[in-house]
Amino acid sequence: MELSLLFEKSVLILILTAITLGIATYLTYGERKVAAFLQDRLGPNRAGIYGIFQPLADAGKMFFKEELIPRNAEKWLFIMGPGLAMVTACITSAVIPWGTDLVLFGRNISLQVADVDIGILYIMGIVSVGVYGIMIGGWASNNKYSLYGAIRASSQMISYELSMGLALIAIIMMSGSLSLREIVDQQSGWHGMKWNILFQPLGFILFFTCALAETNRAPFDLPECETELIGGYHTEYSSMKLGFYLFAEYINMFVSSAVMSIVYLGGYNFPFMDAAWFSTHPNWLGAISVAVMFAKVSFFIFLFMWIRWTLPRFRYDQLMHLGWKSLIPLALINMLLTGLGMLLWGK
Amino acid sequence: MKPDSIFHTVEISHYIYLSCVLFCIGLFGVLFRRNAIVLLMCIELMLNAVNLLFTAFSSYMGDSSGQLFVFFVMVVAAAEAAVGLAILVMMFRNTRTTDVSFLSNLKG
Amino acid sequence: MPELSKIPWPFLILSFISILCALYVVTSNSPIRSVLALILTFFSISAHYVMLNAQFLAIVNLIVYAGAIMVLFLFVLMLLNLNKETEPLKSNKWLIGAAVSAGLLLLVFTASIQTSSEHIMRHPEAGTGLVKSLGKVLFTDYLVPFELSGILFLAAMVGAVMLGKRDAANESDTEITGREEV
Repeated sequence: MELSLLFEKSVLILILTAITLGIATYLTYGERKVAAFLQDRLGPNRAGIYGIFQPLADAGKMFFKEELIPRNAEKWLFIMGPGLAMVTACITSAVIPWGTDLVLFGRNISLQVADVDIGILYIMGIVSVGVYGIMIGGWASNNKYSLYGAIRASSQMISYELSMGLALIAIIMMSGSLSLREIVDQQSGWHGMKWNILFQPLGFILFFTCALAETNRAPFDLPECETELIGGYHTEYSSMKLGFYLFAEYINMFVSSAVMSIVYLGGYNFPFMDAAWFSTHPNWLGAISVAVMFAKVSFFIFLFMWIRWTLPRFRYDQLMHLGWKSLIPLALINMLLTGLGMLLWGK
Repeated sequence: MKPDSIFHTVEISHYIYLSCVLFCIGLFGVLFRRNAIVLLMCIELMLNAVNLLFTAFSSYMGDSSGQLFVFFVMVVAAAEAAVGLAILVMMFRNTRTTDVSFLSNLKG
Repeated sequence: MPELSKIPWPFLILSFISILCALYVVTSNSPIRSVLALILTFFSISAHYVMLNAQFLAIVNLIVYAGAIMVLFLFVLMLLNLNKETEPLKSNKWLIGAAVSAGLLLLVFTASIQTSSEHIMRHPEAGTGLVKSLGKVLFTDYLVPFELSGILFLAAMVGAVMLGKRDAANESDTEITGREEV
């Protein structure tokens, strides 16, 4: 491997991690502001202008809080739980293409850490491994509420992974490729408007529902349902370990929004991106495409928050019924319809 | 390092040794342990050792069939785990233990 | 045995991790730790797959083994509340017997590999592990086994659900719910 490529990728990884962590930090602020907006309140407004430094104050508070490890907890696993949750949340973004190539210092710089030809499967794999952080943490706390939260989380995530995968299969059938970069590039037709959501509206709704469940967001936030389980799997956690769990949730939200924008909303494609002016100004194209990508991601994140502060929580049996008896059959029908459509009208 | 340069430095016999060692560790576990769940896990380990061998041969021979057999092994392993764990839960319900030697009391 | 110094270090490190974790799986007293060590073993085996240019298989290995099967194991362990205190252990007699038989098997394997010639070393073609080539072979040469394995899977699923179902007759003495069917 060339040294310059290694350097380029390292810088990209560093920037990406910094952006991810920064966004996760400010999502806590965003969540409180959105909640306040939806409930006709002001929200945090003391730290800095419009409360803009509130997340920093929160993080400082988290760091200085007392660290408690319950006496009967499995110490190492107790520490490992939040770490695992954080790591699995962070490494998902490695395969996501954030924009078109930039040309800097005479080099083509791809805004994607790794263009593997199984990108979508990689994401599914990391998502399925992401259960362990919650499960291990919940079990190691040696608390029945934590254990209930952990078991709820894992059975919920496994159940919804199925329909998520089935919804993705329809997309893969259309694109004929597992690489995220190719899936995005195939949506650049019709002047950058040939988005998959036009062909897969049902699949999009299924995927979005599953993404809500996978990230443990309301109305599927039963693992940390405070009215039944105190705090769910992180009942026993305090200080920055708790912070890691909360952070991981926001990072997951960010990454799943990015995946949804890529798979269904055309990723960094925007209308009239094939104009002649852009072909001579690749850096402008790159900058605008990244901005468009982040705009789509922000839209999804707002949707996530909107839903959280609007819809009540499901009951656990309703959750399982929805997953197994509605979403999976619908996803199968969606797959069949996609196959039929491809057979009748070609690609 | 380019991904395919591994073929020029690692010989296939290394993979054979590795998978043999893993298989024997799994066998040791099956013989030594009494907890039924750990027994199932040791069987998974043995199956994985075989999978590794299949993949190594497939890659060195340039033939995809070996990797497909890994899929079939995975299907069998998943089915085995599902049924095995269901039986285990039944057993635990009836005897309150997962000790496999406890089940030998039918011997009389 | 081959000389260690000639083997490239990524392979050595990965093999070391796999063997160490596998040993921990069979020797640990706590089943939960065994499960976690086994997951690490699967990760290292997946890394081996990546080194062998079988990326698709590597990810599928992770999804199926680490993401589904081991979650099931962990689930059962957590629900049955099995840990160190309840772990049954065999006596030293069994330890020696098991070690000797496993060692003998290893000896036989090593001997047979040593004496065999390496005719299988052909020049590898790139792209055997790619999705396209795998799919082509799977849906042409191995279509019937593929369908049959689907039926096997369905049968296993139905069987697991039936076994896991709570019996109406002896409802009273259980508090474990049979949710293995996930």
